Amino acid sequence: MSDRKALTRKDFISGQDVRWCPSCGDYAILSVVQGLLPEIGVDKEKIVFVSGIGCSSRFPFYVNTFGFHTLHGRAPTVATGIKLANPELDLWLVTGDGDGFSIGGNHMIHLLRRNPGIKVLLLNNRIYGLTKGQYSPTSPAGLKTKSSPGGSLDHPVNPCSLALGAEATFIARSTDKDLKHLAATLRVAAAHKGTSFVEILQNCVIYNDGTWDEVYAKEKREEAQLLVEHGKPLRFGKDKAKGIRQKGFGFEIVVLGENGVTEGDLVVHDQSINDPAYHVLLSRLGCDSEGPMAMGVLRQVARAPYEVQLDASIAEAKAKRPNAGLADLYRDFGKAPMWTV
Amino acid sequence: MTIPAPATATAVPSVDRVIIRFAGDSGDGVQTIGDQLGLTSAVAGNDIATLPDFPAEIRAPAGTIYGVSGFQMQFASTATLTAGDAPDVLVVFNPAALKKNIADLPKGGTIIADSSGFVPRNLEMVGYTANPLNDGSLAGFQVHQVDFTGLTVAALKPLGIVGSAASRCANFFALGLTYWLYSRPLDATITFINDKFKNKPEVITANLTALKAGWHYGETTEAFQARVQVPRDESVKPGTYRSVNGNQALSMGLVTAAHKAGRELFFSGYPITPASDILQQLSGLRALGVKTLQAEDEIAAIGAALGASYAGSIGVTASAGPGLDLKSEFLGLAVAVELPLVVINVQRGGPSTGLPTKMEQADLLHALFSRHGESPIPVIAARSPADAFECAIEAVRIAVRTRTPVILLCDGNIAFGSEPWRIPDPASFAPIDCNFHTDPATFQPFQRDEKYLARPWAIPGTPGLEHRIGGLEKANITGHISYDPDNHQLMTDLRAAKVERIADSYPATEVTGDASGDVLAISWGSPYGPVLTAVRHLRAGGAKVSHVQLRHLNPLPKDLGEIIGRFTRVLIPENNCGQLSKLVRAKYLVDAVGFNQVRGLPFKVADIEQAIRNLLPTPIAKGT
Repeated sequence: MSDRKALTRKDFISGQDVRWCPSCGDYAILSVVQGLLPEIGVDKEKIVFVSGIGCSSRFPFYVNTFGFHTLHGRAPTVATGIKLANPELDLWLVTGDGDGFSIGGNHMIHLLRRNPGIKVLLLNNRIYGLTKGQYSPTSPAGLKTKSSPGGSLDHPVNPCSLALGAEATFIARSTDKDLKHLAATLRVAAAHKGTSFVEILQNCVIYNDGTWDEVYAKEKREEAQLLVEHGKPLRFGKDKAKGIRQKGFGFEIVVLGENGVTEGDLVVHDQSINDPAYHVLLSRLGCDSEGPMAMGVLRQVARAPYEVQLDASIAEAKAKRPNAGLADLYRDFGKAPMWTV
Repeated sequence: MTIPAPATATAVPSVDRVIIRFAGDSGDGVQTIGDQLGLTSAVAGNDIATLPDFPAEIRAPAGTIYGVSGFQMQFASTATLTAGDAPDVLVVFNPAALKKNIADLPKGGTIIADSSGFVPRNLEMVGYTANPLNDGSLAGFQVHQVDFTGLTVAALKPLGIVGSAASRCANFFALGLTYWLYSRPLDATITFINDKFKNKPEVITANLTALKAGWHYGETTEAFQARVQVPRDESVKPGTYRSVNGNQALSMGLVTAAHKAGRELFFSGYPITPASDILQQLSGLRALGVKTLQAEDEIAAIGAALGASYAGSIGVTASAGPGLDLKSEFLGLAVAVELPLVVINVQRGGPSTGLPTKMEQADLLHALFSRHGESPIPVIAARSPADAFECAIEAVRIAVRTRTPVILLCDGNIAFGSEPWRIPDPASFAPIDCNFHTDPATFQPFQRDEKYLARPWAIPGTPGLEHRIGGLEKANITGHISYDPDNHQLMTDLRAAKVERIADSYPATEVTGDASGDVLAISWGSPYGPVLTAVRHLRAGGAKVSHVQLRHLNPLPKDLGEIIGRFTRVLIPENNCGQLSKLVRAKYLVDAVGFNQVRGLPFKVADIEQAIRNLLPTPIAKGT
């Protein structure tokens, strides 16, 4: 970062009227991001927010950086082009459950597997908000909405599991409720080399109010959330009295001190295993399997970002042919023979 | 083995042009020998034009009609703009190739058939009950049966090369015989073989031996009376030439434009016939700073290109019609955010998957109108392989100067067809000024310049220019989101006016022929060759017909209406059902007549001549 006046949260407020509904979970996320940006050590003009379409995708308009509000589901494509064209830029992609995992599902898969340096914030409220209340790909089966009056028949997608299927190098989960945890998670995400994928559980106050209460309501969160930390055993519940133990190819919930269970029996969180099998089990907890929902950095592994590989291949080609120019191109391209008249 | 010096060729009668077609199974190497004959003829000073014609299937079952691959070319001692209407000579490797192509050969034409391919199984497969080479059904043609395969195998046996290693060289035997027939030197092909198989000495030996055996076969047998030569085209401008096909020309043009703009070329594409070559070719140009991305789909390809443009690169994507369908959404966004972007459509037959390897030019209205809302986009079209080079530069120039997406139309005929290209001096192309905005004090995202109505190109990384853009309607000047009725009207009008102004920079439209007359033939894209050739023929016979080729389809040249007004009738030949015709009729209120074919093949000159003749006031003698 250049030697300029230190930035503050205020520098990242665009001045545009924020048009989300009052009490929308997006406000809290916006505020955390604006508070984090001065800390990440990047000049303001090098930060670019890219989004698709939907409530969450209005995000770039409210952050005083470069911003590109693109097309429904297509933000990963534009963000990839920007990052490859200028790897020095700091890319943030804000998407929603419909934008990122329905209409843009294919792009999301390919973004994650290519691993360009882009931070993906998935604001998951399990509903289509801007189109006024249809079920989304992350809505629980049976959810009654305007387009599923008898209850949704769709089996939902688990965003973190899908990201694992694409072998994303960084996968984390947080909420719009625990802002300290969110800020800490995003700070790690911002420092990751490659694509960092952060699912943020977010409340839609109008069309899906309370959708995550089972996970983060004050009286439930101790039992319903598993705060993971690299190198620490998987413990949760009041006084961290419960834990996760391996059983066959899956997990089981145990109570410390019961049936002779000690902390040594518990699974120790390792975010750095390259094989995603363990992280898949973790991502399914509390969603597709019984137990608390894992929060924090589920996975962080090292793989060269796409733009780094691309630039390296260009540098290598240039080193081999340092004087390559147009005149050579016209003669050599396609190995067509030449003749003189 | 030595080849007789070309001195013998002096005794050979001259003709001014030859049209030859090779046809065989996809695996027979027909395209390779076609390319070689084209190269050798160009090196010998002829003007050439080629038309490959191959199936969409990679290796269709051997011996089937749908597996036939063809290659037609014309080489001439005068300027030639087409691969010719009908071949003088048809070289076929099997019964399927004969059956598929015989209808195109005029009576009196020459057939050279690989007799080894005319075995009962191959004959039955395509429905011949008797061997057509022997049953008299080809009376009226000059039929030569040559056992390409058998003679090749025999020539290679003494060298210990047997089996398929020998028989697959039969295409070079056929090429050697063709070279003898047209008094062509073998040098260029010998160089090609040595280079192509440089790590396989036995393959070099096999192919060179087959090539020379074919030549000697012509020289030593007395079967061929029809040996001719085509003298050099003395009108060819001096210079160093190479052959170029349309896809190569596009690739080189894009790289040139990016260099002239002083920016990186960023190309993203998704594999699709007939545009895949461009992605493949550019991906090998990393040493020239070209960045490429093979995207997950057509949408991602244009999205990444637009993102790269936003970041200050020259963003380009290329596809065919099916891909353009998918890119419509992003083209609309590019119109809304007013960023430079070049989108190439190498058109092919439609609708839907249609005819992947066949040419058509039925995407003009698609290019102009296939987006929701009022979303004008400039459209330009290449007329030939070499012209595609200049069109690529022109497309980038317009995109950058006006901050707009540009659609460049090409077609399968141009993409795969090749012609001689005079290698230009890179310094001869004017720089392209990106004119990035850098001053925060004067920055408004949608403040336009007066001349082009272009908005500033303010790339991320520029201090003080942080701003937001997107697909929502923007307030004039500030670029803030605006749903105001008057503002939307104004912005719509400005976007249209911006595109219309591009026509201010066109040179005067060139009219080939007189400035006024009975018929004006207007063409765009690859019909250029056949239409101009037809016009030249008819003018030589005294017809008052002129020709205009349009490179710019949107906006149309400002002088076009006035030119049209100087002619009694207007003919617009197109390989579609009348798309430019519709535009011209609507814009100029003129009774333009279409001449339309969608056969997956280029026009025949004779058909265009007839269409023009039909509009002339007095009959012009046929064959002038």
